[in-house]
Amino acid sequence: MSEVFDKIRNDLASHDIVLYMKGNDKFPMCGFSATVVQILKTLKVEFKFVDVLQDMEIREGIKAFTNWPTIPQLYVKGEFVGGCDIVREMYQMGELQDLLAEKGISTSVSS
Amino acid sequence: MAMSQDQLKIYLLKAFPDAVIDIKDLAGDNDHFAATVTSSAFHGKSRIQQHKMVFDALEGHMGTRLHALSLKTQTPKE
Repeated sequence: MSEVFDKIRNDLASHDIVLYMKGNDKFPMCGFSATVVQILKTLKVEFKFVDVLQDMEIREGIKAFTNWPTIPQLYVKGEFVGGCDIVREMYQMGELQDLLAEKGISTSVSS
Repeated sequence: MAMSQDQLKIYLLKAFPDAVIDIKDLAGDNDHFAATVTSSAFHGKSRIQQHKMVFDALEGHMGTRLHALSLKTQTPKE
């Protein structure tokens, strides 16, 4: 598992926003993943996505890494933000926009 | 093998005896649920902590037997 964790740490360290999801940003393979992609696109922020369906080790590894049992998982500056429900709730309350602003990531949509 | 709405409720009430639980069967297939759990146990916890408490209550079934549960947690006064 430690190699997988290293890969995850490396991805989180080299990108401000990382989304572990099912499918890709053009064709999400799950409604929960699609929701988070849609929110990130609405905010016009750049993000790296990792399609866990392409890599079983990452799929299980990311769950163990954060001790969170489901996909998608959103990370900002290496920090776990939440799964679909939390991200959606934060977006609706304007908290996600605040968090991104706090982390120095500009969004094109003001909350 | 999916989990029924009643089983889901039993797990939640075991962990959160005071909870008001509202479960919707999103797709009518007994497999895609949206649950709102209102409990004083969530006081002072972050959303991530609150959701983790629910996952713990589901004793490892979240993401396995329960693969599509949309979750909202709140405290009674919200």
